[in-house]
Amino acid sequence: MMTLKKIAVPVAALILFGLFWEFLVWVNGWPNYKMASPSDLWPAFWKFRWLFLDYGWDTLWRTVAGLLIAVVVGVLLGMVMGFSRTMRDALYPLLVGFNAIPKATVVPIIALMFVGQHDMNTILIAFLISFFPIAVSVSIGLSTLEPEYRDILAALGASKLTIFWKIALPKTLPEFFGALKVAVTLAFIGTNLMEIVEPHGRGLGHLFDSGKISADYPLMFAVLIALAVMGILLYYIVVALEHVFAGWAERTPQ
Amino acid sequence: MTDLIDIKGVRHAYKTASGPLPVLDGLDVAVPEGGFAAVVGPSGCGKSTLTRLIAGLMMPDAGEVLLQGKPVTGPRATVGMAFQNPVLLEWRTILQNVMLPLEIVPTKMSKAQQEERARSLLALVGLEGFEDKRPSELSGGMRQRASLCRAIVHKPEVLILDEPFGALDAFTREDLWQTMHRVKAEEPFTGVLITHDLRESIFLADQVVVLSGRPARTQYVMDIPGKGPRDLEELYTPEAAERLNILRQQIRIAQGRAAA
Ligand SMILES: Nc1ncnc2c1ncn2[C@@H]1O[C@H](COP(=O)(O)OP(=O)(O)OP(=O)(O)O)[C@@H](O)[C@H]1O
Ligand SMILES: [Mg+2]
Repeated sequence: MMTLKKIAVPVAALILFGLFWEFLVWVNGWPNYKMASPSDLWPAFWKFRWLFLDYGWDTLWRTVAGLLIAVVVGVLLGMVMGFSRTMRDALYPLLVGFNAIPKATVVPIIALMFVGQHDMNTILIAFLISFFPIAVSVSIGLSTLEPEYRDILAALGASKLTIFWKIALPKTLPEFFGALKVAVTLAFIGTNLMEIVEPHGRGLGHLFDSGKISADYPLMFAVLIALAVMGILLYYIVVALEHVFAGWAERTPQ
Repeated sequence: MTDLIDIKGVRHAYKTASGPLPVLDGLDVAVPEGGFAAVVGPSGCGKSTLTRLIAGLMMPDAGEVLLQGKPVTGPRATVGMAFQNPVLLEWRTILQNVMLPLEIVPTKMSKAQQEERARSLLALVGLEGFEDKRPSELSGGMRQRASLCRAIVHKPEVLILDEPFGALDAFTREDLWQTMHRVKAEEPFTGVLITHDLRESIFLADQVVVLSGRPARTQYVMDIPGKGPRDLEELYTPEAAERLNILRQQIRIAQGRAAA
């Protein structure tokens, strides 16, 4: 009963939203080049169905690849900063400074640096845009570990690595997944920025750009919808992983 | 006969931004095998520092920390520790938490024997039936009981307790005092108990060490006669009142010396 309601409510909201959108376009008599309506999207999807699949796959794997690199680099940086005061003092201002640069400005720089390397450029920007929250959360999780947690094992002569594996790492997982939810969204934005900017590229961002060039509004909107679906999918994959690996941190509802 | 724990003339200072902070200076504590010493003293005088020295997590600047006549050179698998914060790992069940030290300390016990031992300890402290619960499902007193089991599961030579009952309410605390006596009868240990509660010190320990204010030295040592489990009634005898009175005076002297 609960699960049925959990599915039925958002689906109903989605349908209502679609109807409202359709209604607005119809009432105002907006032409296609001003605002596409949901009923225009299906033909667009159908017409470009193979491109959607093909480019959707590009966008998906590039985002995931960038995110995976961000996880590896972010966790390593977080570990270094979490364990060493000196490294934290040295790296933190650098990272903050780097993160302060609006990534939209980095996109053309990277695109020009490695012209034509579509996959690499896209993965690179997805990684650059998303590793920061991961590094910060891991470093904070590790550096705020109460000394007693360390001492229960350190007093027995356990190595630093053992303490990391058995205590510090699992204890940091909830913060890590919190950051990963932010990072996955960021990586997705990064991927699309690069795909839109790069000429002769691939991916849904490129499809969006083609729609723009040929003033195909229904196609552009169809891409937006596809991106939304993919973004939701990615986000909930992270939520599912969180449930598996850090489910213990969830408070049971009273 | 050499004492199991022998601390002689220990001096220790922390390095801080504003220069060295002397914490211990001229500290002597001796605990024979099977003995249980309570250490009391003004807040911030260096009691936790003392536990870290015994555990081998830090080395003293001067003086000696001897265990069975041998100087402590680093952490050893033969200590057990419990703190005011029970520090149970939320991603493990209570049973898995208690078994944690056995994953670090070399042991001849098989997995089944380890689990058997953990279960019997949990039963001893009254946590039968809670083995598969998560720490957050237990009350503060129960968590502290589980933490105590974890501290002794690997049969440590020395048990170090740093204000383990400090955060509990008075009734729960008295329950745990009695549990401690039961545990000591079943699982004999040599122990050091840091506490702020004078009644706790004379009820549990056979020796109460009063530390002076910072930098702490051994100011006063009181022996509490009698072996084996005690009854809470014993806290309300004239002898107990007399002991508490003396200790209270000693604490007052210690606080006077503390640079507040
Ligand atoms: N790592 C450290 N670096 C610098 N100073 C420290 C450090 N640890 C403790 N101190 C200082 O040393 C003194 C003694 O600390 P300690 O924790 O041993 O006292 P304590 O007697 O256990 O206090 P409490 O009664 O509050 O538990 C305190 O003044 C504390 O501020
Ligand atoms: Mg303390």
